Amino acid sequence: MTSKRTRVEFVLASLVVIFFSLAPVVWIVSLSFKAGDDIDNKRFWPTHWSWDNYRTVFHTDLFTSALRNSIGIALIATVVAVVLATFAAYAIARLDFPAGKFVLTLVLVVSMFPAISIATPLFNLWRSIGLYDTWLGLIIPYLSLTLPICIWTLAAFFRQIPRQLEQAAAVDGATPWQAFRLVIAPLATPGMFTTAIIAFFIAWNDFVFGITLTSTNRARPVPAALAFFSGASQFQQPTAAISAAAVVVTIPVVVLVLIFQRRIVSGLTAGAVKG
Amino acid sequence: MATLAPAQPLAQTRPQLSSRIKSERRLGWLLSAPAVIALLAVTAYPIINAAYLSLFNYRLTSPGERSFIWFKNYQVILTDRLWWGDFGTTVLITVVTVTAELVLGFALAMMMKKAIVGRNFLRTAILVPYAVITVVSAYAWKYAFASDSGFINPLFGTAQDWFGARGSALFVICLSEIWKTTPFMALVLLAGLAQVPDELDQAAMVDGATLWQRLRRVTLPNMEGAIVVALLFRAIDGFRIFDNVFIMTAGAQGTETVSILAYRQTISRAQIGLGSALSVLLFASVALICFGFIKLFRIDPARVRGG
Repeated sequence: MTSKRTRVEFVLASLVVIFFSLAPVVWIVSLSFKAGDDIDNKRFWPTHWSWDNYRTVFHTDLFTSALRNSIGIALIATVVAVVLATFAAYAIARLDFPAGKFVLTLVLVVSMFPAISIATPLFNLWRSIGLYDTWLGLIIPYLSLTLPICIWTLAAFFRQIPRQLEQAAAVDGATPWQAFRLVIAPLATPGMFTTAIIAFFIAWNDFVFGITLTSTNRARPVPAALAFFSGASQFQQPTAAISAAAVVVTIPVVVLVLIFQRRIVSGLTAGAVKG
Repeated sequence: MATLAPAQPLAQTRPQLSSRIKSERRLGWLLSAPAVIALLAVTAYPIINAAYLSLFNYRLTSPGERSFIWFKNYQVILTDRLWWGDFGTTVLITVVTVTAELVLGFALAMMMKKAIVGRNFLRTAILVPYAVITVVSAYAWKYAFASDSGFINPLFGTAQDWFGARGSALFVICLSEIWKTTPFMALVLLAGLAQVPDELDQAAMVDGATLWQRLRRVTLPNMEGAIVVALLFRAIDGFRIFDNVFIMTAGAQGTETVSILAYRQTISRAQIGLGSALSVLLFASVALICFGFIKLFRIDPARVRGG
């Protein structure tokens, strides 16, 4: 079945795929190492490799404060979403809970909400109640992005845990709450961890809320801050600085996703094909 | 949900268990209440608020002149060629990117399924675009095509100002969007492919069916569910497109999408009333796409999911 020719074709096709998957990332890394006027050398690689741009961005308050904001806001939004979603997913997947279907439909509807439709009314509301340009002002709308996928993913994980475990706990006299806390929750920890990575990444990736609901370094996250970068002098394009900042926020996440790729793939697709 | 089916007959025959069911339902509500309240607070409240504000002539810069004008904002928008132009651009981007992603995603899924060697490596490479922030992807593609820093023009010997005209700017925007989101499509389709029993394909092969016939008659019909779910989620995502357009052109050269228009009216021009009406219309469009999919493909909304 696998003749030599199809094998060669397959390897070639794989190489093409790998090339296109990696090229844009390698390109922005390459850009970030081009110092000064080298940025406009119009070639793929730098003429001289230089760390200058990294030094510049780490001495730029716009970037360092955005990095701090992004990490803090995304972490808090992740923890809140995973905790709330764990409770809801357990109820949906494991309990005799007919309203679970309603909750799942609500989750689906929320996941389809256009972010800008939420952001524009919040822009007005946050300004009047003082949440504009604060961490909390971003953490709350981030729940609309992270909660749906957390509930779906965790419900899928809970369904994989053998039902006999709770039945055994019930026979031993445990209440449903005890069965959840002492038997199921510890087993679901890997699933919660995977869900947390996915949720963190979604919050980390946000641009719409970041750019509509902040105005200063106080709360502006990295993706929004990138759009406000300026060059070293006012006559210079910010290309190099943006590239270096982009690499700083991209590489750790890429590494994280690749380390946990098996789990993340199953988390992302679990339930997409079965109920 | 059918998950507790085995427990129910027991409950009906044994009275002491029915109190257990009752306490389970109570616990169910207790556990899901925080999430449900949070979901409603972050979506239902803002959209209702937007629907209310959309009935006013209201500018942040002159709050004193706020006046109730019924559906005038909607009339202004729906009779303006700007809205229909932006709407057309959004539909165009959605159709082009989702079609390309479906074809590429399916090819990638087939490759990953048939891979004898290097399946993990292939999957690793495919996951890289998924892990890149959309804004970063937008900058990478923008700088590659830009006239000052880009290598694309010298590489192909062209002198094109890619962001100077509508067609070429949309082309680069679509490229970045496709690059970034095809992995999701491929992974969902791969999960769908895994549901198609190999025996079916082999039986068709024994019967002398060609590769194309097997694909059309055996593989695709058996993974319809995964295809529909992937299409629905990507179509909705495509229609909301904001990041790529904002970074590359900010809506210049006729590349403005509905999301960018709503942003511009509300945030840049402080036209809260008009911007709210646009938000409501954007939401209605997405709801319409969703409703169309559910009617067309008879999906049970409680059984699909996505990322």
